[in-house]
Amino acid sequence: MLDKTAGHNRPGFNGPGYDYDYLIQDDRVHQSIYTDPAIFTAEMTHIFGAVWVYLAHESQIPKNDDFITTKLGLRPIIVLRDSDGVIRALYNRCTHRGTTLCRLEKGSAHIFRCPYHGWTFNNTGKLRNVPWPDGYASDFKDSKFNVAQVPRVESYRGFIFGTLNMDAPSLDDYLGPVKGPIDEWLDRHPGGKIAYCEANRLMYRGNWKLAYDNSCDGYHVVFSHRSLLDMENRLVNEADKGMSFYKGRPDSAPMYMKYFGHGHHFKDKRPNMEIKPGAMWAIEGPHPGMEHYEAELRRRFSARADEALDLAASEPVNINVFPNLSILGNHIQVIEPLNHYETNTIWYGTAVVDDEGVWGDALPLINALRMRTQEGFPNFGEVDDLANFEEIQRGLAAFEDEWVYMHRGMDIPGRISGDADGVITAPATDEMFMREYIKEWKRLMQTEPNIQIKREP
Amino acid sequence: MSATAMHDPSKTSYYVNDDLYDEIIAAFTNWQRDDLAVIDPVERDMFRRLLEQEARLLDKDQLEEWLKLFAAECVYWAPATVTGGDPRREVAISFDDRRRMEDRVYRLRTGFAWSQKPKSRTVRMVSNVEVFRTDKPNVRMVRASFQICEFRGFETRSLPGWAGYRYVEQNGRWEIQARQVNLLECDQCIRNPSIVI
Repeated sequence: MLDKTAGHNRPGFNGPGYDYDYLIQDDRVHQSIYTDPAIFTAEMTHIFGAVWVYLAHESQIPKNDDFITTKLGLRPIIVLRDSDGVIRALYNRCTHRGTTLCRLEKGSAHIFRCPYHGWTFNNTGKLRNVPWPDGYASDFKDSKFNVAQVPRVESYRGFIFGTLNMDAPSLDDYLGPVKGPIDEWLDRHPGGKIAYCEANRLMYRGNWKLAYDNSCDGYHVVFSHRSLLDMENRLVNEADKGMSFYKGRPDSAPMYMKYFGHGHHFKDKRPNMEIKPGAMWAIEGPHPGMEHYEAELRRRFSARADEALDLAASEPVNINVFPNLSILGNHIQVIEPLNHYETNTIWYGTAVVDDEGVWGDALPLINALRMRTQEGFPNFGEVDDLANFEEIQRGLAAFEDEWVYMHRGMDIPGRISGDADGVITAPATDEMFMREYIKEWKRLMQTEPNIQIKREP
Repeated sequence: MSATAMHDPSKTSYYVNDDLYDEIIAAFTNWQRDDLAVIDPVERDMFRRLLEQEARLLDKDQLEEWLKLFAAECVYWAPATVTGGDPRREVAISFDDRRRMEDRVYRLRTGFAWSQKPKSRTVRMVSNVEVFRTDKPNVRMVRASFQICEFRGFETRSLPGWAGYRYVEQNGRWEIQARQVNLLECDQCIRNPSIVI
């Protein structure tokens, strides 16, 4: 049968704009949302310019004057704690000629001096001085010379977000029910806190949404990660390590996924295991130092040792905050789009911080183990997912074959349930979360955000 | 014989403990010193030959043979920061013990490691080999620059860096006890880092 919609005359591309109702359908999406550079450019305004975007974690800028450089979509940004302790997201752009002001990835500075002509700014963004001002007739007290900044910057329990959109809801409302899993994830740590401790940094040649499409996908696990599952279970008799609970009949396993609105979703694999201390540790595959540190923690804590070991074990959840933040196991994964076919995914490691001294001098033992447990997935799991994302991007170059399907679990009576708050629940192996978040993506692409920048007065 | 020798390091990991971390961190601190440089061309050539042999085994995908170059209790460490840091407090690109090195080889051999299907073809260049004495007569530190040219996915890329080796003379030969791989791009996003670097 001939597919009459195929080719350049397809209806989604008639007229000046894109017909997003054509590109995003109930059960499938058009390949161009992954391959079209013009759609990518529009996303930098309609998605990354419109919603609360994750920027940094407070543990990266613990003291006044600390900064890191990052991006909001493609916009170069300095996230900092100014000399008065206010967290700001400055545009990394001199107001004079547009030069980036800061070229370091992190550091501490109370001023930023432009390397090109020496214009100097306080870390509030305010212009401090200009070399040889007598050569200008203009008034440098005019706020237009102060560095632009993201007008709305807020933290949720250490996670710093910013939005350029004055019409966006509050961060609290934007996050909504996804705060529940974030709270539970944080609260399993002493004091409800974690700190970043470097990262496994990866890049792939594929659209950024391929990573977000995968972030809650329970269908790919036993296929994409087959080598990891085989590896983790090679030394045991009963294959129960790692993500082995996906084997057999994962559709009817107790794990589930939830869609929370605003593009956020959550996969909870904890119901697959018994609720008792040590249950998470029990399914950890082999890691360097595992037997030594386990023996040492058991010697010191006997009854409480399982609790300590669970802190080194990976929490079996995927908490995905649209568009660029995922809490996966103990990692914070940040998605950084580079262009329509290249993406960075940074897997920040997290360490336990124990301000109250709950674990005393055993804290370094827990973290020594936790560093090694976190290196496993990026090394032996994520690399295979990224290879598959790259192969999707290659496959989609067959552009007359227009559709990418995400209809697993759809139209099966009794399979998907919704509650009064609009939260939707489905088996962990369904593609429900993809269909729901991409509907939100479509709504945003069809909406004009009220983008503004702020400057110090 | 080490106190943990009763454990098979291919099966369990008791030797990766605070003493080992301290030993490794100390060994890789302040070791590239002219006053410790080995001048003897015979000894230098012997280590150069070991590095060239290693590069050949990796290029020819003889990973099981490559594993045999290492001491039973060994470390393969690729830091994610230029300074290397303390691997107990920061994650590395990888910090493998013997068992995890064997895991790594096992995974690549499953046939389901999609990041290496098809496999990369590599050519490794090793140069600027320098050998340094330590305070132990049976321990040497070796520094070498490397460039891995890797062909995969219709293109060839370059992964340059330098490696530090801690060689221990035992069992009648020089064995690698620790190998620190410092990629030039160690703290940047790297595409498909799935070969042994």
